[in-house]
Amino acid sequence: MPDISETKLPGVGVRFEFTTESGEHLAVLVHRGGRREFMTYDAADPDRCSTRLHLNIDESRALSELLGASRVSEVTAGVEQEIEGLSIDWLSVPEASPFAGASIGAGMFRTKTGVSIVAVIRGGETHAAPEPDFVLAVGDVAVAVGTPPGINDARAMLHP
Amino acid sequence: MTTVLAAAGSDPTTTFIELGLVVVALAVLARLASRLGVSAVPFFLVAGLFLGEGGIVDLGSSEEFVSVGAEIGVLLLLLALGLTYTSDELRSGLRTGAVPGLMDAALNFTPGFIVGLVLGWEFPAAALLGGVTWVSSSGVISKVLTDLDRLGNRETPSVLNLLVVEDLAMAVYLPVVAAIVARDQATKTILAVAIALVTVAIVLWAAMSWGHLMSATLNPSNNETLVLSVVGLMLLVGGVAQKLQISAAIGAFLVGLALSGPVQERASDLIEPLRDLFAAIFFLFFAIQINPSELPAVLVPAIILFLVTAAGKLATGWIAAKRIGASHQGRIRAGTALIARGEFSIVIASLGIALIDGPELGTVAAAYVLLTAIIGPLAAKNADSLSSLLRRSTPTRTPV
Repeated sequence: MPDISETKLPGVGVRFEFTTESGEHLAVLVHRGGRREFMTYDAADPDRCSTRLHLNIDESRALSELLGASRVSEVTAGVEQEIEGLSIDWLSVPEASPFAGASIGAGMFRTKTGVSIVAVIRGGETHAAPEPDFVLAVGDVAVAVGTPPGINDARAMLHP
Repeated sequence: MTTVLAAAGSDPTTTFIELGLVVVALAVLARLASRLGVSAVPFFLVAGLFLGEGGIVDLGSSEEFVSVGAEIGVLLLLLALGLTYTSDELRSGLRTGAVPGLMDAALNFTPGFIVGLVLGWEFPAAALLGGVTWVSSSGVISKVLTDLDRLGNRETPSVLNLLVVEDLAMAVYLPVVAAIVARDQATKTILAVAIALVTVAIVLWAAMSWGHLMSATLNPSNNETLVLSVVGLMLLVGGVAQKLQISAAIGAFLVGLALSGPVQERASDLIEPLRDLFAAIFFLFFAIQINPSELPAVLVPAIILFLVTAAGKLATGWIAAKRIGASHQGRIRAGTALIARGEFSIVIASLGIALIDGPELGTVAAAYVLLTAIIGPLAAKNADSLSSLLRRSTPTRTPV
């Protein structure tokens, strides 16, 4: 992460700026209404911005998605995402699992561990919000949400 | 509105036609100004010179409506100004802009005050002329910075913070001069000034610490309710402030400051068109009261004031931009951007219109604002060629 400095512009908005590794100085000005301006600074006169894009809210969102695309997948590959004590994990159902062939309800995951299975990924297809009578099969990946210890317990149940 | 029209003592039809012609003329001028990329204020002032006393057209029956409209215009100008800033921005602006702000006041208030005394005016009128030359125009400057794409420049925060300090200084200055103008005995004046300052301090403190409650109450309402509540509040607080001899304008400014958060944003969007209409009427009405045949006589003091205070603003901008690490080109850009005076100077001059020296003050102020509002933006535009002129050693660069 580069050092981003923040400057308040009274009556206009906030300006964020940083210098890239290659020495270019760039800034984003976030207007009060959410409009953004993207600018780079002149090398000869570092006080003056020389190029700029004027982006509305949708355009800046699109641009940030393009710029952040690889970053987003990196984060998902890291699998775990903690939201104030809440953890999400992808649990596979191995051949030896006692719950292969059993319904989610029969496994009583929520009762025993506090973990909810919010989706099941099977053969590239995602079954979101499965019912308690959804039957797990070998090779399924259960998307589990709960506390980190609860998730560990659920993983232990699926992988004896 | 009907009472105003009735007071004008003629049938509404004539008033409508006169008003309609005036507003359409203002529209044409505003369009011309935006074509040329300059502020419309000087155009409105010139138009006002042609109307009324000493001009070529007499406004006649609609003059009374225009005078009330002008008063509302001042309130809306100040309300919109108060709405521009969040209390966070005020605090940080004050912190970073205090030193250049003091310098700004010393360099730009003093020349106006001295010229007023040299012209043989009484103390209140001279103090008002000091105010006229002190305050830069936030309206003109933010337009210039946006049009020249300079919002991202390093020196820009120093300019904006200075404007914040000036506007806050007005919250102290306006009630003080209003009290001085209203009283003639020295002891009573001091008492009135003290009352005014204490009241403003209390209201400002209350607005900063309790404003969010008022904003929360107003926020869920629809646009219609919001615009009615905000304008109603502005008139009410303005009227009460005027009763207490604090100046209605400051009341409106404090209402604007007190609003915060989402309601502030929504209210400024809603107030903007209203402000544009009534502020145009205010500038027009101010110039109507000026007799154009008296302008040549004040040209010399106005030009002297222009030269001295333009130098004062250049120095202020130089110091302010230097403090945040801008190079000499950035410092010149900051200084030239600050030269323009506008709406606030006219508001200040209009406070003294009833004084003995009031008409002359108004004329000097009009000439001065015309000079600075036209030359200021031009200087800002060509700031970079100016700095390469000043420093031949640096390579010449194409101006923006």
